[in-house]
Amino acid sequence: MSDSATDQSRRSFLKASGVATGSFLFGFHLPSHGRAADATLASGPMLANTFIRISPDNTIGILVNHAEFGNGAYTALPMLAAEELDFDWSKVVVEDAPIAPEYFHSQYGEYLTGGSTSTGSSWVPMRTAAAKTRVMLLRAASQHWSVGIDSLSTEDGYVLHDSSKRMISYGELLPVIRSHKIKAPESITLKPSSEFTVLGTDVKRLEGPEKVTGTAIFGIDFRLPGQLFASAARPPIYGGSVKSFNPSEALKVKGVKKVKQISAGVVVLADTYWNARKGRDALQIEWHDGPFTDLSSEKFYAEYRETSKQPGLVAEDKGDAIKALQSASKTIESVYEVPYLAHAAMEPLSCTALVADDRCDVWVGTQYQGNDQTVVANLLGLPKDAVTINRQLIGGSFGRRSSTTGDYVADSVETARGEDVPVQLIWSREEDMHAHFFRPLFVHRIKAGLDDKGMPIAWHQVAVGQSIMQNTIQEAKYMANGLDAYSVDGLVNQDYAIANHRIESHNPEKLGIVPLWWRSVAQTHTTFAYECFLDELADLGGKDPFELRLELCKDAPRMHNLLVLLGEKAELNKPLPEGRFRGMASHQAFGTYIAEVVELSVKDNGDYTIERVCCVVDCGFAVNPMNVEAQIQGGIAYGLTAAAMGEIVLVGGKVQQSNFHDYKPLRIAQMPAIDVHILNSGETATGVGEPPTALIAPALGNALFAATGKRLRTLPFSKHGFNLV
Amino acid sequence: MLTINVNGEKHQVDATPDTPLLWVLRDNLNLTGTKFGCGIAQCGACTVHIDGAPVRSCITPVSSLGDQHVKTIESLASDATYHPVQQAWLDRDVAQCGYCQSGQIMTAVALLKDNTAPSDEDIDTAMAGNVCRCGTYVRIREAIKLAATNMKQES
Repeated sequence: MSDSATDQSRRSFLKASGVATGSFLFGFHLPSHGRAADATLASGPMLANTFIRISPDNTIGILVNHAEFGNGAYTALPMLAAEELDFDWSKVVVEDAPIAPEYFHSQYGEYLTGGSTSTGSSWVPMRTAAAKTRVMLLRAASQHWSVGIDSLSTEDGYVLHDSSKRMISYGELLPVIRSHKIKAPESITLKPSSEFTVLGTDVKRLEGPEKVTGTAIFGIDFRLPGQLFASAARPPIYGGSVKSFNPSEALKVKGVKKVKQISAGVVVLADTYWNARKGRDALQIEWHDGPFTDLSSEKFYAEYRETSKQPGLVAEDKGDAIKALQSASKTIESVYEVPYLAHAAMEPLSCTALVADDRCDVWVGTQYQGNDQTVVANLLGLPKDAVTINRQLIGGSFGRRSSTTGDYVADSVETARGEDVPVQLIWSREEDMHAHFFRPLFVHRIKAGLDDKGMPIAWHQVAVGQSIMQNTIQEAKYMANGLDAYSVDGLVNQDYAIANHRIESHNPEKLGIVPLWWRSVAQTHTTFAYECFLDELADLGGKDPFELRLELCKDAPRMHNLLVLLGEKAELNKPLPEGRFRGMASHQAFGTYIAEVVELSVKDNGDYTIERVCCVVDCGFAVNPMNVEAQIQGGIAYGLTAAAMGEIVLVGGKVQQSNFHDYKPLRIAQMPAIDVHILNSGETATGVGEPPTALIAPALGNALFAATGKRLRTLPFSKHGFNLV
Repeated sequence: MLTINVNGEKHQVDATPDTPLLWVLRDNLNLTGTKFGCGIAQCGACTVHIDGAPVRSCITPVSSLGDQHVKTIESLASDATYHPVQQAWLDRDVAQCGYCQSGQIMTAVALLKDNTAPSDEDIDTAMAGNVCRCGTYVRIREAIKLAATNMKQES
């Protein structure tokens, strides 16, 4: 393609993606599955390959195998295709890729969205699919016009033959492809990043217009004719069960159609959610409390502190940390602790199901479509292909809708079973928070030793907390030798050169809790402990925390380069104004290198204000910088909420928090200014949804230490009398 | 049957008097742009205008409305033209998951009706009741200021 054509294409792309005028641009919709349906049709749309469907009207359907829950996958994946296929951005339609092996996650081998991998795992497959489709179209046009393929080019959904000034749309070439049985090439060379015209540009999210007009359909908004709504009464203590119940008062509530028992409790079905909820509140239920009435956060902390003194499973063992500690000139030991956390996404859980004798249809916002299908098939005794999971837009998830047990989908299917209409089961905020699916409580005990120059030579860390993977149907696939990597990520494979480095892990029994991924997973506690303790070492050795990190990763170029940029952007060589203090943290998470500096000021009463967060990131290649910035700002906000004030407390098996008045979310006045600086290192694109989240707790903790001299080793910081204002 | 005035039209709804306006909008009138977030006026996802003022519909009994005018997110844009606040939201690509944004936008529209040049403090005060768990607050602030500027130029 000539330079001028490239420029033209780029201009039209930007114009279409810029939402420059006040008109509605995108017909964004998610048609139901038609994967195999059109592949063999003589006319109509054609699935060119796994990911791309071309329609006669030149609409380009991108089959996206990742959920959209604010991450930007429904924009980034079409961008990957647009780079190689040169289509008109205003004609792109996102389709929900069905559950089939060709849509399984290219790293995890099953159908899921997680690990900040939507863009990275699609980086090669989606571009390859698009590039092969383009060649197929060029071959078709070459046949159609009887001209050489080298004389053709593509732009905005058309194949062009410059010398004869002819053009034909991709859609118009479908009959040619069919009649000549034109195939895609076996292999293809992808564009080098130096030739990108789409990737690396700021593109607004495709579904943005629907999200500002109230027309976006989230799972909770899904409606079918005759649909009923349901509300569930669940045991007050997780693991409890129904002893007996009396439905008579519930059945008197206007609109209530039915009351029945399911595994999770008692459900009330009604014509509206409010009526179902009133019916639920009118139920008289006696509960068996079950085996978990003495669960308490305090007891877990006390037990785990003791456990952390015992040897655990060895996750990493470089050199001989135990011996090196004995010969170190200075040693130090600290314990770090973090509480359970709820995900508390804005959209409470919900799921709609229609159950027939021989099949089941589910409409749900989910990150874990493949697992949901398995859970429903097992529940109903159906083959998997009789269960269709129709993924909806998700109003936030942060890992909750990647349920290892498929809990909320299963509850809904049980509720709808035996009904001849679709039923939508909606969780109240309180049920959502009481469901016991939490970021696990963890205790980390760390010992380290310095040499006589103040440099760390030994690090011995023991992590204690419940495993996410243990005793799940995913255990065999994701755990090796009893070790759950999702407990120690962020501790192993460090970029810091500490010669003697030993990491151990204990996963105590999973009593009454379902430990779950929570944005940034293990790093939410491992990085807090690691990066705060590193600051303690700097202090003990009389070193500047930034200079110590630079020195420790001098042989790890990506992290080193990033830290150099951090020093520059956060102006670490300049003194701060009077009363202002800073703290930093950095890590590699989900393949992305990232570092943050917090600047804050603290009042005598403990109220503190974050004046600024400076973040530098190397995510290989930033596919959509505008979204990278958004994810980093949002990721920091999510982590800041937890670091500053997030805590789920168990007492007597009961969750003490219930709603946003006692599990407080960050509000706009508390949101700091965040400047984001992207370092494009030219490596494979990696994710940014999770990496920023975990860093804010240690950066903030280190800044509070700088300001007050107090080491805050337990979260949230509000427990220590420090309140974010 | 109760009669309520929503988005300029009168509707007969079959709901008990205690039903929160939120659920009448969502389940009786199928106006699902107004969202359920907490049910106790703590998150603002359910914000609508009642006679122009931002109100949490999740704790507003439908029987309390009388003949007041309810306006929801669905009525903001007209004739394929976005409200300036919606346009600013698009220009700054504010939404992430988007679930809270109906409520955020409704509150921002009410703010800008009374205050054509809000300061950061004005924004903090007006938007204090609207939670965004995706953390889009930086862009919400920018979009409100952009909308204010654009609305001033238009008027």
